[in-house]
Amino acid sequence: MTAAVFFGCAFIAFGPAFSLFIFTIAKDPLRVIILIAGKANEGLAAISEEESSPISVREMAYVAGLGFGIMSGAFSMINTLSDSLGPGTVGMFGDSQYYFITSALMTLALTLLHTFWGVVFFDGCERKRWWVIVAVLCLHLVVSGLSLLNPLYVGSVPPVYVIMLLMAVWAFFSSGGSLHNLSLLWTCRKSNAETSS
Amino acid sequence: MNTSDSEEDSYNERTALVASEIPFVPSYQDQAQPTDMEPKRRHPVAPEQPVEPPILDRSAVEREPVIQDDEEELTLKYGAKHVIMLFVPVTLCMVVVVATIKSVSFYTEKNGQQLIYTPFTEDTDTVGERLLNSVLNTIIMISVIVFMTIFLVVLYKYRCYKFIHGWLILSSLMLLFWFSFMYLGEVFKTYNVAMDYPTVAMIIWNFGAVGMICIHWKGPLQLQQAYLIVISALMALVFIKYLPEWSAWVILGAISIYDLVAVLSPKGPLRMLVETAQERNEPIFPALIYSSAMIWMVGMANPARNADRASQDTDEEGYQGESDALARDRAEPETQVSPGMNRSYSTEEELDEEDRGVKLGLGDFIFYSVLVGKAAATGGDWNTTLACFVAILIGLCLTLLLLAIFKKALPALPISITFGLVFYFSTDNLVRPFMDNLAAHQFYI
Repeated sequence: MTAAVFFGCAFIAFGPAFSLFIFTIAKDPLRVIILIAGKANEGLAAISEEESSPISVREMAYVAGLGFGIMSGAFSMINTLSDSLGPGTVGMFGDSQYYFITSALMTLALTLLHTFWGVVFFDGCERKRWWVIVAVLCLHLVVSGLSLLNPLYVGSVPPVYVIMLLMAVWAFFSSGGSLHNLSLLWTCRKSNAETSS
Repeated sequence: MNTSDSEEDSYNERTALVASEIPFVPSYQDQAQPTDMEPKRRHPVAPEQPVEPPILDRSAVEREPVIQDDEEELTLKYGAKHVIMLFVPVTLCMVVVVATIKSVSFYTEKNGQQLIYTPFTEDTDTVGERLLNSVLNTIIMISVIVFMTIFLVVLYKYRCYKFIHGWLILSSLMLLFWFSFMYLGEVFKTYNVAMDYPTVAMIIWNFGAVGMICIHWKGPLQLQQAYLIVISALMALVFIKYLPEWSAWVILGAISIYDLVAVLSPKGPLRMLVETAQERNEPIFPALIYSSAMIWMVGMANPARNADRASQDTDEEGYQGESDALARDRAEPETQVSPGMNRSYSTEEELDEEDRGVKLGLGDFIFYSVLVGKAAATGGDWNTTLACFVAILIGLCLTLLLLAIFKKALPALPISITFGLVFYFSTDNLVRPFMDNLAAHQFYI
């Protein structure tokens, strides 16, 4: 397979996650650590009680979710990407020829879904809304179940993307976003209340 | 080694004996001194002064009682910054090693050649014999390392500084010239690049000469850091090539235990080395240690100089222990600390060392890279490599966190290598077949 397939699939699968990392995480070392190590240490907990914490719970939720998403995506995709650089014919024995592109698309969806699920889940825990937690778990199972329909890609990829868009909207609103904020964003006006990540 | 002129005044010999000032709160330097391990040379991670920190802490506290809370928060923030400052070079070193392993087949070819430190072959008939041979190899290797460390301590005790310094220089010469020449040759062979000897001579000469200067004398901080990363990667590649399979894993495990013992136990060679240096109030000579930041000088001149020198000293003390190996490839990067900018801060002294950055022994770089490189070499699976990489970073994070809590030098190998080994074996045997099957059917979890 060609280098074009490799780069194309790599960028599809990891592009958004990588840009999220660059633009929102790379500048703050604490966030990088949470991304990799995944949980708050005692120091963080102690400090967030005292004064303005270096990192809020929402940021932690977002970063942890993104970390999970990147790791899950990397584990799913990295061997496939490496194989795409080598010789071979896709779908030689009657399998689908869209294997690489659908893998990349599913990986992207899963990465973003993990991010949104992280935000929503933490929010649900914070506000003690247990139905949110159950809903997140069920949605995760639904998405994984949909992937069982592969190679029938019509049945798996579009529904997963629909779910991802719904989750994006849910995460946006649960992390404090609102239509008002969006309109401010589009009209480039500053406001007092900022949309959290 | 130092780019700071103020330090040069105090250097009366090449071995850089500088009257050390005790730093105020040696939190971060300590952290970064994991045991440097190298087969050739062992650097024990000398945490600067095991005994000093508490006293210094108290004095610091007495001096500025208000600062405690801020200190904690700043500790966390700067701790995070320092962790990242170490993530980047460790990641770079591992990336270089993994990239080389995956592309240049020379480093994964086993042609039966082994180091003299691992004389028992692993080409045996039974599994039991193979296991026995690898354990014996490990015992021999660790004994060599222990012997070398003790030899260094003895040399240091009897003030044979020139000998040690010469040994270090010889070692870095070999690494910078010979091993990089071999590496370049293999890369050219892999990519079928036509090359002539005069060009190679010029390239290697320039590379090596600049490296020696940067490492042993003065140079831009980033260039020195780059050289340290490169030589760590070269050493790791040599280990990956010449250590037999099972011996390498057992050695990794044994080295972490040795690291733990040597740094923390009262009779450990590393600790003895550091204590001797403290008694004499002088820094241990420059050796392999990676320094991540510049020294920030405090507004006032004198405390800055003192603090500067102190940090210098402590850094150098860090890696004293090495000397195990016969001076082969050990390069000696020095703790290059270039004098930084002036900073005006209300809590000057406390912040001073925090901004000095962290230091990590090169042996740690090497063994982290050996672990990840072996994960990449055995089997073509990237999941295992990625898992080991993340495990090492998590271990490093935890080590630095412990460092911030305990404020004394800690070995950097044990936690990371333990995580790395656990992740390697579990991913290779449990996760890999699972993920392979999932990916084959495109099931996502």
